[in-house]
Amino acid sequence: MTIIAENPIKTVVHPSLVQQKVVASLSRRHRKEKLFRRTGLLAVLISLALVAVLFINIFSKGMPAFWQSAITLDIYFDPKIIKIPEKPQQQADESENDFRQRYLAWQTEVGFVNFNRLITDSLQKILPDATKHRRDLARVVTSGERFALRDMVVADPAIIGQTRTLHLLTDANIDVWLKGNIDRSLPDEQQQLSPKMRQWVDQLAADGVIQNRFSLALFMNPDSRSSLASAGLAGAFMGSFYMMLVVILLAVPMGVAAAIYLEEFAPRNKITDLVEVNINNLAAVPSIVFGLLGASVLIGWFNLPMSAPIVGGLVLSLMTLPTVIIATRSTLKAIPPSIRQAALGLGASKMQAIFHHVLPLAIPGILTGAILGVAQALGETAPLLLIGMKSFVASIPASPFEQASALPVQIYLWQGNELRNFFEARTSAAIIVLLMMMISLNGLAIWLRKKYEKRW
Amino acid sequence: MKLNKISNLLLAAGMTLIASAAQAQSRDTIQIAGSSTVLPFSSVVAEEFGNNFAQFRTPVVGSGGSSGGLRQFCQGVGANTIDVANSSRKIRPNEVEACKANGVKEIIEVKIGYDGIVFASRVDAAVFKLEPQHVFLAQAAQVPQNGKMVANPYTRWNQIDKALPDQEILLAIPGSNHGTREVYEEKVVVPGCKTLAEVKALAKDDAGKFCTAMRTDGRVVEIAGDYTETLARLQAQKDAVGVFGLSFYEANRDRIKVATVSGVEPNLDTIISGEYPVSRPLYIYVKGAHIGVIPGLQEYALFHVSEGMSGFGSVLESAGLIPLADDERAEITQAIRQKASL
Repeated sequence: MTIIAENPIKTVVHPSLVQQKVVASLSRRHRKEKLFRRTGLLAVLISLALVAVLFINIFSKGMPAFWQSAITLDIYFDPKIIKIPEKPQQQADESENDFRQRYLAWQTEVGFVNFNRLITDSLQKILPDATKHRRDLARVVTSGERFALRDMVVADPAIIGQTRTLHLLTDANIDVWLKGNIDRSLPDEQQQLSPKMRQWVDQLAADGVIQNRFSLALFMNPDSRSSLASAGLAGAFMGSFYMMLVVILLAVPMGVAAAIYLEEFAPRNKITDLVEVNINNLAAVPSIVFGLLGASVLIGWFNLPMSAPIVGGLVLSLMTLPTVIIATRSTLKAIPPSIRQAALGLGASKMQAIFHHVLPLAIPGILTGAILGVAQALGETAPLLLIGMKSFVASIPASPFEQASALPVQIYLWQGNELRNFFEARTSAAIIVLLMMMISLNGLAIWLRKKYEKRW
Repeated sequence: MKLNKISNLLLAAGMTLIASAAQAQSRDTIQIAGSSTVLPFSSVVAEEFGNNFAQFRTPVVGSGGSSGGLRQFCQGVGANTIDVANSSRKIRPNEVEACKANGVKEIIEVKIGYDGIVFASRVDAAVFKLEPQHVFLAQAAQVPQNGKMVANPYTRWNQIDKALPDQEILLAIPGSNHGTREVYEEKVVVPGCKTLAEVKALAKDDAGKFCTAMRTDGRVVEIAGDYTETLARLQAQKDAVGVFGLSFYEANRDRIKVATVSGVEPNLDTIISGEYPVSRPLYIYVKGAHIGVIPGLQEYALFHVSEGMSGFGSVLESAGLIPLADDERAEITQAIRQKASL
């Protein structure tokens, strides 16, 4: 109503019939626009609120898992316990292979040492009644830490006879207890830790011997099931890294080349139309179908290894290819024809015109498309489940042909781990890591676009 | 120019990838797949194996259920097939045949220990004292009433037996891809069914079909995933009763509580003594043809059943596996050494 009052048209003398109509409909049209704007705003707010809820939920659950309870112990590398022969040195006349065999045999022997004794001996010094509860005593420190001690000895046998102050991860259930992830008031038979252990742990935490420390294990270790507290993301991270490497090496150059050919060189006829339609179809194929293809063709026919990042990378390349082609083509389309015409007019060949003038201008757009495609591939899970990457892999892969997991699959695996109290937080922490990687990739894409973008 | 260089570089990198793919055909990592009940145990063994033997790589353990694992196992011999199938049930004769048809002739059966199957409900729900018959009556498609078979009328547990809680019937059982399902039917449902006089009167084949026919009104839910999925179902629906492995229950005692079966509470002692009726042996099946080809395969199997790994007081026992008896262990170790095939 106020709009009409302010409207000068009304005050003008003798409005025509058309003007009358316009004035009459004005408030209705304004109302409609207002309604549309408000609905739009509401939609944006609702989706933002949902994202906020998701983030708050994941971060509140996951952030505590980046810190993990660790016990500070003075470990005496007791020569009475560590009785091992001298570390082998390569002789001048010894072949590389012979030395390797000898070295491995020595390592195996070191592995037979009961490194748990070093830990329990050290614990006995700070826990007065330890000898009566040997079973509990052996469970204070998570079992994987004995390999850390072994690796220290393997790296430098001179450590034997010395004392080192180390921060060792405690058992997963101790972490759960100290973080309050299990109800402390539950009766004994529902608790995971014995009453004695709970008393020890509370005592040690009060003394500052057990502290919450930033968890390097989460980033440095591969997955673990025998020592749950030391389960980490390193194996999955490397698996994802190799897969992305394959995607970048295969999908990006192939996609860009295909797009340049289709956009600039290919004749317009029924065949190229068909190709174009199929590229768009390929982009719409559900990702799990690519997984089936990988399982039957790559593993079944080409005998590529199961659960290997190379297979995952090839499958994800197929999936990313249409994204890259479509993004590149639309970037090339957006380059004004005047650039090509100018180059051609000065006598450049078509190839020169495209590679010297069009492509450099298109690079920011191509990069943005490629990065978004890679980010999408990074988060993809379904096809990987079908090519054996859902497996438990307790080692960090050294090449794309070695068995590995991937970040999104690791999230899925941890979600299924039976020690829920510990792994609920761990899973959210893994999600945070994956989200951070996605956000930084997308950020990079935006930055590249902003930096090199040209407006015509 | 610059672009040419980049594309050359990429081409070279691509070629190396393909070239090394050809090399990768021989495999030095043991591949395992199968039962999600055995998976936690096998994963622990795999990890310890990799950590203890510097000369072998850490085996890779996949899931997919007992049937899924055995199907993969029977696909053939060669580097692109798995070496070990984990199974929470014995291999079936038709699976052995399928294996043989695909050239998998040497199948070494290794029993690794025992596991109990428990019925559990949410910790804040009522206490269940189940009999096999109760479970049958709760899940059957048809039940006998007054000498006639009628569609299952029970909707609450106390309609089956006054002693059971007044609670909606909602059972979450493992899907048919799980070995646990077979044991659940064989040790609980069928025995429960056969206690009924009307069933005893049926012909043998008919009785089998009748006993395992499941109601389809949504009161019995088949869980295709692992036990976490069953737990999630319990957390969403307070009335649900789920089927779990003993080890899963032990790790989540603060969230779920077990039901007694035939008056016996499931734990290590009652399962070893055989008092608790619902327990089963767990197996790994090793491909004989791969021994000597995939490094460490035989050692892995031996390590799996070694006293230190799966005996009393071992890592696997604390993970919830019920150890083999000593004479059984000796026999199985011998079988692995001799590569005794099925």
